[in-house]
Amino acid sequence: MRSTAPTPNPREADLIARIKAGNRSLFYELIQPYQRTVYAAAYSVLGNPTDAEDAAQEAFLKALTHIGQFRSEAKFSTWLVQIALNEARLRIRKDRKGLYSSIDEGGQDEEGDYFPIDYADWREIPSETLQRKELKEALQRALDALKPMYREVLILRDIEHLSITETAEALEISEASVKTRLLRARLKMRDALAPGMDGSWSMGSPTYKKVRPF
Amino acid sequence: MKETQIIEIDCEHVILQISNYLEGDVSDELRARMEEHIRGCKHCAAVLDGTSNTLRLLADGRSLDHLFELPPGFSERLRERLAQNLSEP
Repeated sequence: MRSTAPTPNPREADLIARIKAGNRSLFYELIQPYQRTVYAAAYSVLGNPTDAEDAAQEAFLKALTHIGQFRSEAKFSTWLVQIALNEARLRIRKDRKGLYSSIDEGGQDEEGDYFPIDYADWREIPSETLQRKELKEALQRALDALKPMYREVLILRDIEHLSITETAEALEISEASVKTRLLRARLKMRDALAPGMDGSWSMGSPTYKKVRPF
Repeated sequence: MKETQIIEIDCEHVILQISNYLEGDVSDELRARMEEHIRGCKHCAAVLDGTSNTLRLLADGRSLDHLFELPPGFSERLRERLAQNLSEP
């Protein structure tokens, strides 16, 4: 299992102390390593680059304003991600188009049982396949097709590599909910990607259905 | 535990635990039962392989570049906004 405790980072702790003491110009240096993670967190909620950038930038400004409220027992990156998620959700509420209504309805309960629908055999990923445009497009489509509640856990845990505990803290949900949503998110991603992975992307063959057991 | 004592579990239970299994977050007993089932079930084996490959793809920067790369000019715009904020009283 991957670790969950905040890693002590003396340099970061020192920067935070100096910023809190009034040396606010050090803030960019502090957040510089987390730009991508904060952007990805905003993207996980909003699902498009323009809104994600807006929310991420606003989140950094809010973090600067509220740095005095940061408690040192928390992990700084998790705190930033939390602010970015809140900022992104605020935008959805402001600009509600019904698309993400599930977020606003309070009940974020997981759907009922989900069973993988596709049993395409997918034994290995040839390394040249990783560079393929089709694969990147398929990943993008598969991520975009996920509901935000699943996209959030998948991006934070499987792409940005937060631990289960950090993901739970950032999303303010239980670890059990993180695990349930991760299962669903991962199976849905697999369903979306597997049909191209049994050879049709690496070999250029459109006949992948032949290798499915049924 | 001898192999003959492993209690069989069905596909549904294996699939429900597949994500925890990949996290290394299942007991030794459950792991043994799942592996016993997967050895004889090509459906669950395919789901396990596919899910594990999905995680590798997501973790591999080569398959995701552009997707979560910061938009061009992101850092510059951020520095400007921070500087503006800092100069305010």
